[in-house]
Amino acid sequence: MMRQAKPAVARRPLNYQEVWGRVGIYAFLGVVALFFLLPLYVMLVTSFKSMDEIRLGLIFSLPRQFTIDAWVKAWTSACTGLECTGLRVGFGNSVKILVPSVVVSILLGAVNGYALSFWKVKGANVLFACLLLGSFIPYQVFIYPLVRVYAQTGIYGSLAGIVLTHVIFGMPVMTLLFRNYYSGLPIELFKAARIDGAGFWKIFVSIILPMSAPIAIVAVIMQVTAIWNDFLLGLVFAGRENLPMTVQLNNIVNTTTGERAYNVNMAATVLTSLVPLAVYLLSGRWFVRGIASGAVKG
Amino acid sequence: MSSVSLESLDVSYGNVQIVRNLDLNIRDGEFLVLLGPSGCGKSTLLSAIGGLTDVSGGRILFNDKDVTWTDPKDRGIGMVFQSYALYPTMSVERNLSFGLRIAGIDRAIIEKKVKWAADLLQIAHLLDRKPSALSGGQRQRVAIGRALVRDADIFLFDEPLSNLDAKLRAELRLEIKKLHKTLKSTMIYVTHDQIEALTLADRIAVMKDGIIQQLDTPLNVYNKPANEFVGSFLGSPAMNKVEGALVADGDHLSFAAGDFRLDVSRYPFTQKVESGRKVVLGLRPEHILPASGSAAAIEGKVSLVEPMGSSILAWSVFDGLSLSHLVGQDDGCEADRTFAVTIDVQKASFFDVETGWRL
Repeated sequence: MMRQAKPAVARRPLNYQEVWGRVGIYAFLGVVALFFLLPLYVMLVTSFKSMDEIRLGLIFSLPRQFTIDAWVKAWTSACTGLECTGLRVGFGNSVKILVPSVVVSILLGAVNGYALSFWKVKGANVLFACLLLGSFIPYQVFIYPLVRVYAQTGIYGSLAGIVLTHVIFGMPVMTLLFRNYYSGLPIELFKAARIDGAGFWKIFVSIILPMSAPIAIVAVIMQVTAIWNDFLLGLVFAGRENLPMTVQLNNIVNTTTGERAYNVNMAATVLTSLVPLAVYLLSGRWFVRGIASGAVKG
Repeated sequence: MSSVSLESLDVSYGNVQIVRNLDLNIRDGEFLVLLGPSGCGKSTLLSAIGGLTDVSGGRILFNDKDVTWTDPKDRGIGMVFQSYALYPTMSVERNLSFGLRIAGIDRAIIEKKVKWAADLLQIAHLLDRKPSALSGGQRQRVAIGRALVRDADIFLFDEPLSNLDAKLRAELRLEIKKLHKTLKSTMIYVTHDQIEALTLADRIAVMKDGIIQQLDTPLNVYNKPANEFVGSFLGSPAMNKVEGALVADGDHLSFAAGDFRLDVSRYPFTQKVESGRKVVLGLRPEHILPASGSAAAIEGKVSLVEPMGSSILAWSVFDGLSLSHLVGQDDGCEADRTFAVTIDVQKASFFDVETGWRL
C-alpha cells in the first residue's frame, strides 16, 4: 500500500481578528513614540537654523539654510554668566567629576555587597536596612547638613567635595545592586576559597570581582546616567571652578539679557544630553536589565 | 594523617540547635560516612569540622590538638562540595593551584603537584579548560583534585555525587574508594544515599535531628539496626515494620499481630523480655525466603509483584498481614497465586514500641 502524501501546510492560517489587534497595537506604539520624539525633532531642526529663520515661528519646518554656527557657538563661545567660553569647560568639568565618582562608587558598592552577602558581619541586616532607608530619603534633605560638614572639613566647593557627595548618594543603590547579584552566587564558592586559604580581599579580587562583569556594566550605566544628569549637587558642592555641564547649560539657557538664541540653546541642550543618550543607545539591553534587577529582587 | 575527635559538640543557627552534644571519634585513616535524611545536621557537622561554621559548644580535636577556633586553611583539610564550587573564571589548572599560589609555594612544586593530582584523577588533558566546558563528572574530579593538591590530612566530602547521574555516580564512587586506598587519609563523607554509605564506609554514623543514632560498620548498621529509624532508613526495598506483642506459646515465645504468629525463640534478644510486651517487628524483604518444603513454611497470597531486574519484590498477605519479600526470577511467584515462605527470625529486628530502640 502506498503511503498517502501529507497535505502540505505552508504556514499557520491567518486569524484576521488577531491581525487587526496587532495593527492596533503597533499603531498605538507608533503614535506614542512620535509623541515622545517630537521635542527631540524640534530641538534638532531648530539648532540647525539661523535666528532669522527661527523668528518666522515655523518650529516644525526643516531648516531652509542648514548651518552649524549654533553648535559651534554653544561649544566654544556661548556665555555662561560673565565668561563666554561655551560648554566645553563644563564638559571637561563633568568628565572630571564623572570618572572618579563612577569608579569609586561602584568599587565601594561591590565591596559592600560582597561583605554583606558572603561574610556574616555582625549586624549586617541592620546595616543593610539603614542603607536601604538611605536610598528612599530624598537627597535634598541632606544638602544643608552636608554643606556644613564640608565647610568644617574644608572640602566645600572642591572637586573632592562633589566626588565624595556622588559616592555617598550612589552607595545605597550600588550596594543593593551588588548584594542582590552576589546573593545569587553559590556560597560554596566562597567556602572553597576559604579552605584554599584566601582572605577577605583575595577572595574578592581573585574570585568575586572577575565574576562581576555583567552587574558592573549595569552599575556603570546607572551611575554615568545619574551623575552626568545631576544638576543640584553640582550646583551646590562643585564650586565655581568645577561647575558641571548641566549647571553651565542652565546658565546659557537662562541668560535674560537681549534676544534668546534658541538655536544655541537647543544645540547646547543636545550636546549636554549626548553622553547619557549614547550610553543608553549603546547599551539598551543592559540598561533595562539594571532597572529590572534593582526592582524585582529584594 | 589525622584522627578527629568531637567532644560534646553543639552547633546552632540562631535559636535552632542543629547538632546536640555530639561525641565522635574518627580514627586515623578511617573512612567515616555521615548518613541521614536532609535536615538531620550532617552537613552542618561537616561544615563545623571544616571550620566554616562556628560551634556553640564543645571541642574539635585533630590529632589531640584543639582546632575548635583554627582557621579553615590551617586545619589541613580538603573539602569537596555537592555543587563542585569550581572558580568559574579560572582554568582547571588555576583552580587546582589556587590554594598553593596563595600559600606562596614554589612554582616548580606547584606544577609537580598539579600534575600528580591531574594524572591520578585522569584530568591531565583538561587542564587548560574552563569549568563551564567540563561535564559534571569532570567537574567533580577537578574539585577532588583541588583537595588533593593541598596535601590534606583530612578530606571532607559534602554529598559530592548527588548532582551526578546514576552511572557516573557509581563510577566516581569506586574512584573515591580507590583514592582512599591509595592515600590512606582520613575521610569524612556526608550523604543521604545509603548505597554510597554502605559501599564506601569503614564505619557509618546514622544521624537524625542532630544526634547520632548508630555508629558502626556498614554490615552491623544494616543487619542490627540500633533503632526503628536506622532500620527503616537503610535498605532498599524498605524493611517491613509490624506492630504487635510478644506472647508465650507453650514453652516458647511468639510474636503476634492479629492472626499472624511467628516463633521468635531463636531471636537473640539483647535484654530480658517478658510475654505481653508490645514490640515492633522489623523484617527485611530478603529475610523472608521462598520455602523449599520446610515445615515452618507460611502460606500467603501474592497481591502484587514488582520486577527489579535481578530479583522480584512481591507483596503478599500472610494471615492478614501484608509483607514485601524478595523472590528469584524462577521461583514462580505471580500475582493472585499462593506462595510459601519461611522467615529467618535470627536476622529480624525487634524494637520497643515506645522508645523505638532495639531489643
